[in-house]
Amino acid sequence: MTTTNQTTWTAESVAAELIRCETERTDREPFTDDWPDLDVDTAYAIQDATLDQRLARGEQLVGVKLGLTSKAKQQTMSVDSPIVAWLTDAMVLPTDGPARVSDFIHPRVEPELVVTLAHDLKGPGITPAQALDAVASVLAGVEVIDSRYRNFRFTHQDVVADNASSGAYLSGPIAKTVPEVDLSLEAVLVEADGKVINSATGAAIMGHPAEALAAAANMLGARGITLKAGWVILLGAMTDAVPVQPGTTLAFHYTTLGSIYLSWED
Amino acid sequence: MDDAVHLQAAAVLEEAYSSGVPVPPLVESFPGLTVEDAYAVQQVQLASRLEGGARVVGYKVGLTSAVMQAQIGVDEPDYGFVTDEMVFLENAAVPVVRFLQPRVEPEIAFVLGRDVAGPVTVAELLGAVEYVVPALEIIDSRVADWKIGLVDTVADNASSGAVVLGSRPTHLGEQDLRLAGCNLFVNGALVGTGAGGAVLGSPLTAALWLVNTLGARGVTMRAGQVVLSGSVTASVPVAAGDTVSARIAGLGTVTTRFA
Repeated sequence: MTTTNQTTWTAESVAAELIRCETERTDREPFTDDWPDLDVDTAYAIQDATLDQRLARGEQLVGVKLGLTSKAKQQTMSVDSPIVAWLTDAMVLPTDGPARVSDFIHPRVEPELVVTLAHDLKGPGITPAQALDAVASVLAGVEVIDSRYRNFRFTHQDVVADNASSGAYLSGPIAKTVPEVDLSLEAVLVEADGKVINSATGAAIMGHPAEALAAAANMLGARGITLKAGWVILLGAMTDAVPVQPGTTLAFHYTTLGSIYLSWED
Repeated sequence: MDDAVHLQAAAVLEEAYSSGVPVPPLVESFPGLTVEDAYAVQQVQLASRLEGGARVVGYKVGLTSAVMQAQIGVDEPDYGFVTDEMVFLENAAVPVVRFLQPRVEPEIAFVLGRDVAGPVTVAELLGAVEYVVPALEIIDSRVADWKIGLVDTVADNASSGAVVLGSRPTHLGEQDLRLAGCNLFVNGALVGTGAGGAVLGSPLTAALWLVNTLGARGVTMRAGQVVLSGSVTASVPVAAGDTVSARIAGLGTVTTRFA
């Protein structure tokens, strides 16, 4: 790569570079190194441009994911709101065999809670209770995050542009309705090769996952975008992300939403 | 090491209890102290409390999380005794002056319905458990700045302080203790979350380890005694004026306040 400076970057060229990194499984330094004035609005414009490129190659938009939903992570990034990013059908992990580390740059895995929507949700002004009312079903979920930035070094703007480190995801085996699950106490026990390494509950997602869903509706609403009936929403990580290597088998056991197993090979 | 050393080390800790001033790690003051010595030091303190009229109402299991075990550099838990004067009623004010550097942990507590002497199988233990309650354990260290390794925490009664048992008993058969969620709140703010399995894979494993370890030492656990199985989340520091509440799926809530 030749050295670039801020005058040469546009939302489109940054988006193209991010998609290139993702396709070629190569990482790079964050754009804010040579575009220090990159603001959050522009970062979301870049993220939208990456979506356009995904759709142009035939992918379908299936929903959104939230990032930075834990207080600890928000404090690390000096922000007080989460990030919303796009999900397409190409990001769904196949379940017919192990995931491949080589399909990613430096994958890490996070347990999540997932909802699908029965009704549209259009912010601003959506409350957590209204957000829950739009939910069709609640599922366990696992997200493989994968930053295009070397060593996960990035600013808030960089990670917004990079579609919140999206990689791949899969949802769990059991769908429940909102009244059937106590989302704040639904727990996940994380095992790596049979050994418990972490645990958390839904409350780790912004105090309650409904807060995250309302935040997604309101943040997108401010950009004139509606959360659509049928969409899948990844509400945010419950624990720290787990780095994986070939040979690792992860298991995520949920209180009432079943278990998800994810093995890794080269 | 001989009994005289055990008595001396116990006296150092007892002095810290009564003065409220933490002491340097025992491994520095008594070089060569082993884990077995540490349990002997714990026994000396228990004997003097029993002499003073206290009685053992249960035991606590410590060092049960992957994080704590990695921090201390062990792959086994430890235990300490719980006497009647260490137990506080739910919602009653707990005076922080009793402690040197208190922290709180949410736990699942087992109450035995009959005597059980290890070694027993998990099935036999299940048969002896009458019910489970949510609990808050106030941990404390008589060692300055919590600078503890395995030997120091064992000698210091597994860094125990006090226990608050929840008032709603449920039957074990109705609970999935391993996957039960737990949220810990201090003054209404969420400070930690976890699942029961954070405790050695299951709180039941911790209880079984305790019964069998005590059994190997010739100690029978008695009907009515309590097993505090270990913290589900990281511990948090507390001060006078704090209200701490834990909510555990299936078990309900337990609340305590500090004055």
